[in-house]
Amino acid sequence: MKSISLITCIVLINLGTFAQSPDRHAPPELSKAKNLHLSPIQKFSLSNGLNVVLLEKHTVPLLEIDLLIKTGSFDDPSGKEGLASFALDLMDEGANGMDALKLADEIDFMGANISTFAGNFSSGIDCLTPVSKLEASLKLMSDIALKPTFSESDIDRVKKSRMNELLKDFDEPRIIARKAFDKFMYAPNTPYGKFANETSIQSFSKADLASFHKTNFVTSNSTLIIVGDITRQDITPLLEKFFASYPSGPNQRATKPIPQQVKGRVIYLVDKPGAAQSVIRIGRIGTARDDKDYDNIGVMNTILGGSFASRLNTNLREEHGYSYGASSSFTFWPIPGPFLASSSVQTDVTGLALNEFFNEFKKMRLPIPDADFERGKNYEALGYAGDFETNANIASALAELVRFNLKDDYFNTYVEKVLAVNKKDIEAAAKKYIVPENMMIVIVGDRSKIEKGVKALNLGKITTLSIEDVLGKKPQLKE
Amino acid sequence: MRVVFRITLCIALLCLSASIPAQVLSVPYEQFTLPNGLNVILHRDNTIPRLTVNVWYHVGSGSEKPGRTGFAHLFEHILFEGSQHVPEGKFDQWLEAAGGDNNGSTIEDRTNYYENLPSNALDLALFLESDRMGFLLPSLTEGTVNGQRDVVKNERRQSYENRPYRKASLELPALMYPRNHPYSWPVIGSMEDLTAASRQDVADFFTKYYTPSNASLSIAGDMDVTEARKTVEKWFSDVPGGKAVPPPDLPAAYLTEEKRIVVEDKVELPRLMMVWLTPPAFHPGNAELDILANLLTEGKNSRLYKRLVYDLQIAQSVSAFQDSKKFSSEFYLVADARQGIGLTQLEKIIQEEINIVKMQNPQEREMQRTINQMESNFVQQMESAGDKANQMNSYYYYTGNPDYFNEDLQRFKAIGASDISAVAQRYLKDEQRIVMSIIPEGKIELAAKKN
Repeated sequence: MKSISLITCIVLINLGTFAQSPDRHAPPELSKAKNLHLSPIQKFSLSNGLNVVLLEKHTVPLLEIDLLIKTGSFDDPSGKEGLASFALDLMDEGANGMDALKLADEIDFMGANISTFAGNFSSGIDCLTPVSKLEASLKLMSDIALKPTFSESDIDRVKKSRMNELLKDFDEPRIIARKAFDKFMYAPNTPYGKFANETSIQSFSKADLASFHKTNFVTSNSTLIIVGDITRQDITPLLEKFFASYPSGPNQRATKPIPQQVKGRVIYLVDKPGAAQSVIRIGRIGTARDDKDYDNIGVMNTILGGSFASRLNTNLREEHGYSYGASSSFTFWPIPGPFLASSSVQTDVTGLALNEFFNEFKKMRLPIPDADFERGKNYEALGYAGDFETNANIASALAELVRFNLKDDYFNTYVEKVLAVNKKDIEAAAKKYIVPENMMIVIVGDRSKIEKGVKALNLGKITTLSIEDVLGKKPQLKE
Repeated sequence: MRVVFRITLCIALLCLSASIPAQVLSVPYEQFTLPNGLNVILHRDNTIPRLTVNVWYHVGSGSEKPGRTGFAHLFEHILFEGSQHVPEGKFDQWLEAAGGDNNGSTIEDRTNYYENLPSNALDLALFLESDRMGFLLPSLTEGTVNGQRDVVKNERRQSYENRPYRKASLELPALMYPRNHPYSWPVIGSMEDLTAASRQDVADFFTKYYTPSNASLSIAGDMDVTEARKTVEKWFSDVPGGKAVPPPDLPAAYLTEEKRIVVEDKVELPRLMMVWLTPPAFHPGNAELDILANLLTEGKNSRLYKRLVYDLQIAQSVSAFQDSKKFSSEFYLVADARQGIGLTQLEKIIQEEINIVKMQNPQEREMQRTINQMESNFVQQMESAGDKANQMNSYYYYTGNPDYFNEDLQRFKAIGASDISAVAQRYLKDEQRIVMSIIPEGKIELAAKKN
């Protein structure tokens, strides 16, 4: 009978799935993780010598096209702090006879996005476009890259916006802490601890911007990075059409000084009366991207403060409840960049929280338990593929490849390389780079409530500062 | 939210156009329900050797009882602190040792949890998710609750109290909704209520709301769907079922007057916030208001950006957006004045533009520009398995169909210019809104005065 056989059927399925509860007494054993296998990286040059790096990815009908310029804010001349950022900002405010509105309308109408940015060591123009709008997007991108207008009225308009941004910095404890950290970490005669200010912004002229553009947007300083649903054969004629006039020229970036290491412990306490928390940033100079310890440092930092289960987060958040989270990072530059440990902590436990940072720094220099080592190594290695899912992610990775001259098989071999790191080297990296006796500390918080607790730790000399000492005087804007 | 260490999503507003083939927006999936009521959605995408496990519990801050605001979010935190077979701390440690990361978030309507991990670690993620769905309480102590209470209080300090403008936003829910409406208090809750939460509250909440039939499990990424289904059945079939969750008692939500509020904060520039109540997510009128928000403030040619920031240069920024939810939505308009500019001046221009949009249909070009940008965003979402897994759970919850991508896009494409003017007239009423001025301390003269 139909109805009975149906019931039997259900019973059989149930026996199959409910025969027994799963064994929950230990986490399940896992098979080996699959490797990351990126498509080949294709490198070629246009007829004028402009370098192109292409990775084909035929999934979603989109393309990421990024023009990478190897000049950044750290190349800004003294007195012109913020120039790279300002110049890049102005480039999409008008180009090839189109004003900012016309340009934006064309881009937005296609459902594309073209944006400009300046980082510390590089800057660029990023374009995301539907494949169907490739030709039109490339044209607009080349207009922005090759024929920016830099009109006086646009310069004035963006200046006004930048001045108001400077003012907003005074509201944000985390921005104040970041700027203080940079300002006091590096010697004043180096380009690193400086940022745009009222005087430098007001000084930018059309000639400054045009000169920045002419000097830096040259083939020897530029690379086009393309990721997405296209072949080399199909895109090359279009690149020739819109970028063959990209000028050649010498690369004029000056060599940069090596930052001086922090000596002893120095504390900068920036008073923000009434602050609900204290923002803490602790750091020193780390190392450069080409350091042979790069992978070891990655694993070591994951253990210290690079993941949720890391020691800093476990201590300050989970064990003590002082904070919503604590973390650490190494920033790798062509020259040594900073190590940074940071958190926002409850005002009344600021001293105690600071002490826990130093407890973890000291502990990091001791032998590392196997479980911590395995977790740090696996998190770093097996999490890596997650950085290669979208076109924009992959384009960022390719920019790193270009900026630091990494080998073409770097990404596909990274996971195995990190899985093979050795615990002794991780421990050595901790001792070399986590040196609690030589650290700079910035705290932004309510001085009247936190100074006593910080002093009691006897970490080192405390310099108390106002927000103006960090950011400069508040700009007074003329109407 | 817990804490984000690795940024997995590219949030930039980007690409696509009117010519994207429709089949791109179809996300093939397998769906089934376990005998205990758990809904399961599986979608294969082997772009990279990873996958995402995403769980939605259909309970959020809207289900909190009086005196326990912030509890659903505190509960979210507690769910990471271990369960009967997962000692405290091991949830994160085991996942990280397998190359995974995880997080969760709470809003008024729901709470979600996810793990991003290598494709070989599905077994582990499902063990962990099923253990906390089925066996949370045996290992739960008062100490766990106390620990996360401190963390959440610090989250409140970090995300609201120590940030400019954010404290004032905590006052909006009570201004927008009648007392007892599920949206009439902030998700983060009050410090007093967080202090009051107990282990017993956790046990009651778990028993009532964290049942398989009140949840949905969505998995997207590199997997064999048949194998994945077996793994789901292995881990979730012994999770005990629970009673059905009754629908909430819902007082009617509408504003009957214009409420004008002035709040002082430690800020340099004054901010104007205008809020209107709008139709629930996926209800008629809701998509039109999303388009209207875009027309007003997205891109340099949007009406309010162009006038306030580009032409007059009296605002530093302006943005409009709709927060769409199950029972009611809110339309926000937020503008920061430049130094020396009062909010009365900003409000006057904003009012002029709202009046124009009510009287005249938008131009064809700006309608199409907005639709093209939205279509781009839909296609971009297809790049990320994690985005798709979460969106499929969202569509399932709000529409019953996990693969609602194409229908959702068609909602927007079907809208005409006259529909925009119609919703502006119907929902953005001058006499039914909140106008909040957030001003630098002591500078009352900068607040928006009624014209």
